[in-house]
Amino acid sequence: MRERDVPQEGNVTLAGHRKAVYAVGEDGRLKIVASRGWEVEETVTRQAVEELERLAREARERALDGTGSTLEYHMYRARMDVPLLSQTTGLWRWRVKRHLRPGAFERLPGAIKRRYAEAMGIPVEALEKLD
Amino acid sequence: MQQRAMQPQDATTKQHGSFTHAHAAHCESGVMASLVRHYGFPFTEAMAFGLSSALCFAYLPFVRINGLPLIAFRMWPKSIIQGLEKGLGLGMRFETFRSPERGMARLDELLEEGKLVGLQTSVFWLPYFPSDLRFHFNAHNVLVCAREGDEYVISDPVAEMLVRCARADLQKARFAKGMLAPKGLLYYPTRKPVAPDWARVGRRAIAKTCHVMLHSPLPIIGVRGIRMLAKRVERLPVDGNGGAARMYMGNIVRMQEEVGTGGAGFRFLYASFLQELAALAGHGALEGFASRLVDIGDRWREFAVAAARQIRRRDPLAPPALAAQLRGIADHEESFFRDLRRAQQAWRC
Repeated sequence: MRERDVPQEGNVTLAGHRKAVYAVGEDGRLKIVASRGWEVEETVTRQAVEELERLAREARERALDGTGSTLEYHMYRARMDVPLLSQTTGLWRWRVKRHLRPGAFERLPGAIKRRYAEAMGIPVEALEKLD
Repeated sequence: MQQRAMQPQDATTKQHGSFTHAHAAHCESGVMASLVRHYGFPFTEAMAFGLSSALCFAYLPFVRINGLPLIAFRMWPKSIIQGLEKGLGLGMRFETFRSPERGMARLDELLEEGKLVGLQTSVFWLPYFPSDLRFHFNAHNVLVCAREGDEYVISDPVAEMLVRCARADLQKARFAKGMLAPKGLLYYPTRKPVAPDWARVGRRAIAKTCHVMLHSPLPIIGVRGIRMLAKRVERLPVDGNGGAARMYMGNIVRMQEEVGTGGAGFRFLYASFLQELAALAGHGALEGFASRLVDIGDRWREFAVAAARQIRRRDPLAPPALAAQLRGIADHEESFFRDLRRAQQAWRC
């Protein structure tokens, strides 16, 4: 990649930041050039973010009609999935899966709810609600 | 520290006391280059990356992130720190902690002594990161310059300027759990680095990279790993709306360009190392290799463009075409590393 080919496409996922990339300058030497972003990166990052947003939206609907727990919604909001949430809380995967059901989640003792809230970096009260 | 009073501090400076922040393409090599520069002699990110033989390719189907495999274009985390340790005699010390409180107290203590401290963190908990990029990636390296009240002044290599981070956030980032959990890891050098015999350490580093890329015993590492990934891409299902195939392709490109596992970028970084080594060790033969590797990096970028076009439905979904592109890259990398290996063996110093 030559210096003049370094993409400066204003990638929204960088939120105004610039990232350092290496490119060949006029003198044939490689050097660091600050890039405003590349459309390709924007495409794939947005794809991943939108997938998680879609999962969160679906979980929210399930929580509203009472077929899912608020935990599932907050899990996707925190960009997690069941294996990751299980690792960060230290709870077995099958338990986390069980807690995605509304009844099982509501009956949980405060200590377990706190563990979930802590893993996601939100207060316990927020975990029980949809925002 | 009296130096602190000399410099006005705000978010748009690169200078903190006698430390100068530098923007880098990759976190770990950036942190190590900054450390060597601060305590020793002029040193670049590319040299840190190349001398530690960090270039690699690994397709790890059994490591799943949000259900998709890990694809890395460099060696495992910490290998750059450890790789430089031997060549430069840094005497790196690593410390991990069970208790977050003790981990934070130890960080404060080292900063109080005026040391620069490297940390392993999770990007998800670093508030200065753009929100779209805050995924649960636990092996992001940053360098802490100082504590100021409830805030830390941080040199994050992928940020253009010095940044600030609140204590509570930094604690969360250092003690994130999950895969590659940092466990509060901090590291610092105990000796002043000395400039090595560039030809000797350079030759050795090149030999190691060639070996990893060509002769790994595992079919998922090196050039064979690229071919393995090609095989997997070829078989992606295109039935239905092809959503799964698009997610899989997006994952490859994201691993390649976005999340610090770097694809094309690391090929350019290594090419820069070859150029610098050619000049430092007075071995001009490496120059030609640098430009060949730049071409290979461009091929990785073309692959990313083709994949992105299919993801955005500008081109029809065609996994076999992408697989063919990957195989082409594998062939080029194979002949590149074979020739580099030969040149390395012929290089007498």
